[in-house]
Amino acid sequence: MSTELLLPGAAMSFASIFVPDFMLQAVVRSAPGIGIRAMVLVDAASPLRPVICLNQQAATRGIKPGITKSEVEQFGGIGILQRSRPQERIAHAALLDLAWSISPRVEDTAPDNIVLDLAGLASLFGSDEKIIHRLAEGAERLGLETQIAAACNIEAAILASRAFPGITVIPEGEEAAIIGKAPVTALLFSAAGATVSRQNGETAGAAHDLTGLLETLKRWGVHTCASFAALPVLELSERLGQEGVRLHKLARGGAVRALIPAQPAGHFEEEMELEDAVAEMEPLSILLGQLLERMCSRIAARSLAAGGIDLRLQLRPSFEDGRITAGHPFAQTTDPGEGEASDIFQLALRLPAPMSDPSTLLKLLVLRLQSAPPPAPVVKIMLAADAVRPRTSQGDLFSAICPDPEKVELTVARLASLVGDANIGSPELLDTHRPEGFRMCRFDPISVSRDSCRPARSSLGGRIQREQKGHARAPRSPSHGLEKDVQSALRVFRPAPAARVEIRNGYPVQIAFSGFRGRVIAASGPWRSSGDWWTEDSYAKDEWDLEIQSSSKTKSGKQQGVYRVCYDCAKKGWYVWGTFD
Amino acid sequence: MPRDFKLLRSQIASLLASRIPDPSTWRTPKRGERVPTGNFETDSLTGGLPRGAITEICGPSGSGRTSLMLSALALRTAEGEACAFIDAHNAFDPYSAEATGVELSQLLWVRCASIDQAFRATDLVLHAGGFGLVALDLGDFPPETVCSLPLYVWFRFRRAVEHTPTIFLVLEQEPHAKSCASLVVQMETGSAQWLEATQNHEEISGDPGVRLFRGSRLMSKVLRSRAR
Repeated sequence: MSTELLLPGAAMSFASIFVPDFMLQAVVRSAPGIGIRAMVLVDAASPLRPVICLNQQAATRGIKPGITKSEVEQFGGIGILQRSRPQERIAHAALLDLAWSISPRVEDTAPDNIVLDLAGLASLFGSDEKIIHRLAEGAERLGLETQIAAACNIEAAILASRAFPGITVIPEGEEAAIIGKAPVTALLFSAAGATVSRQNGETAGAAHDLTGLLETLKRWGVHTCASFAALPVLELSERLGQEGVRLHKLARGGAVRALIPAQPAGHFEEEMELEDAVAEMEPLSILLGQLLERMCSRIAARSLAAGGIDLRLQLRPSFEDGRITAGHPFAQTTDPGEGEASDIFQLALRLPAPMSDPSTLLKLLVLRLQSAPPPAPVVKIMLAADAVRPRTSQGDLFSAICPDPEKVELTVARLASLVGDANIGSPELLDTHRPEGFRMCRFDPISVSRDSCRPARSSLGGRIQREQKGHARAPRSPSHGLEKDVQSALRVFRPAPAARVEIRNGYPVQIAFSGFRGRVIAASGPWRSSGDWWTEDSYAKDEWDLEIQSSSKTKSGKQQGVYRVCYDCAKKGWYVWGTFD
Repeated sequence: MPRDFKLLRSQIASLLASRIPDPSTWRTPKRGERVPTGNFETDSLTGGLPRGAITEICGPSGSGRTSLMLSALALRTAEGEACAFIDAHNAFDPYSAEATGVELSQLLWVRCASIDQAFRATDLVLHAGGFGLVALDLGDFPPETVCSLPLYVWFRFRRAVEHTPTIFLVLEQEPHAKSCASLVVQMETGSAQWLEATQNHEEISGDPGVRLFRGSRLMSKVLRSRAR
């Protein structure tokens, strides 16, 4: 049910986009550097590898659909490609995205054919001709050569797009005259929604059943839609049945039906199969850039942005490479379904904010790949993205200083490649008394307005909030109580150096560690903690806060400081945890 | 002749007054925004930390450098600003930071393995922009190690932060940025404050363990400040 507001008397208008040699174009689109030359598509699933699709250049060389691959090879200079159903699926999805970028009402008529409802779009994009040219330009950017037609009814638009090359606009009331010039082959395949090859009379795919009907029409001397429309309906129905009547109505341009809208999906995929395996990062990044450019243009056309990118690289299978990839963190061995196992290198890029800039996404992917490069040459690149609504934010004079999420992600990726993934992020305290009881989380700052009701943070406030969240961690020691001019922040020694401690009456009196020796002049402790005794990684320690005066004199006199020293009950040893500064 | 020269200069200055300010007249340098550190004594001495400039906090271990830096981080993150902490010696304690009031989710902690890595990370963070405070902790490196770095590094950092709202805080044992730093604060070791525990309002004496470490008193002095 359309929710669009149509003015009374406004003419309905539909545009049909047809991609000739769709199967071939889908493969050529994803294979860089092929150029324009004679090419055929063979069905790899069939033992003889017959030609199922070919372009105009190949047709002029005398190649016909159905001949085998070995026969094609005898011609010489003909590019032979294998059919790829994933590429066809991606090309079809790209075509749908192009249509949705113009109109919300799109019909998924056939893999090589879609129809758009153009009603009410004139105020946005101008006349139907302008919209069709816009569609043609969009299709060209997607790497697809298309035939587009606009008409007042769907069937006429579909038939015209399949029959006539380039752009066709059928004025209202002239459907029969224009469609009459179309070959009857186009009528039959338009009715069946099947793929027509370049060679008239030859069929492919689901259109195979129509061959008999086509032969009959040839015997009758019917070659165009006009001659078919001139046949008497009654006699036609006696010979061809109800299908004949339907075709007759189509040939007269009088068949009217409603558009069946397709539901847009939020998942985008692009992939590229490489003739030669790529081992270097630079050519790989160029190819990734091309794929991202294509995917981002599809996403942006739908006014969306990528919420995350999944990169999958199919690696060249070899014994040695397989042995290397076995230990790689991102590698996994899968069976692609064609019998031979291949290594897949996976990389998931989660974005803090939706992005649609291909250059930013490329930098992020390349930085991740540089920190953990694929262990073998790449033969296939697969990209997938889940699209979400783009981030909308308005600049605020009073908002706090916060970097752009895109910049943050890029900076964090660069820093991660410098210091390692594990050494960057925001620390998050864990609900444990274990030493170093924190983990590194993704840095995701939130820009808040200065005058917003952000709770004032303090030591006590933070603790209360943590307890409200269910964290039962008590303060590690009373020394964390803060006052205005008395501060005590700990500087941690990683790893904690071992110490020799002299105990007298249960209290430490002398300590020596890392070439430092001193006398304890004040001590606080022991602050005992233990836990995780039910696991192998249990802990039990006594903590002391010791004020130590060094035995040796320095330039500034005797060195003095407060240290946190722990006795590890499990290891039966003393360690200096850190110093207060 | 000198009289004519003065006349000529005044005539040119009056002609160009609407377009170019007179170079011979003294102009008071524009004072940038300053934000508090959270320590009253230091704030009253320094007037706060300048934005778009380098501030050095120097002092020996135990002088309260880290406490002052965490205090400044706590205030900035509480304001909702994103902050970065470049940890050259991997000495940052998240518990102390959280206890001081640092909003950890607003803090980017970069744990470096060497001083060279720390400087590279700082350069990346400063040039990315958008951070309210960037702290570089070189507190555990001996002065001779930091001195060996070329001076142009500090000029590069100064160029990266000037005309931005970023506070660049460097924690070290001795000042190294020389004229690139707008503010240099020297911290001095204060006496440790111990709280003697009492039981039934009577102080327990003779038992050295029954006491709590409260902290050390912060003592600071200004070595250099452009604004004062």
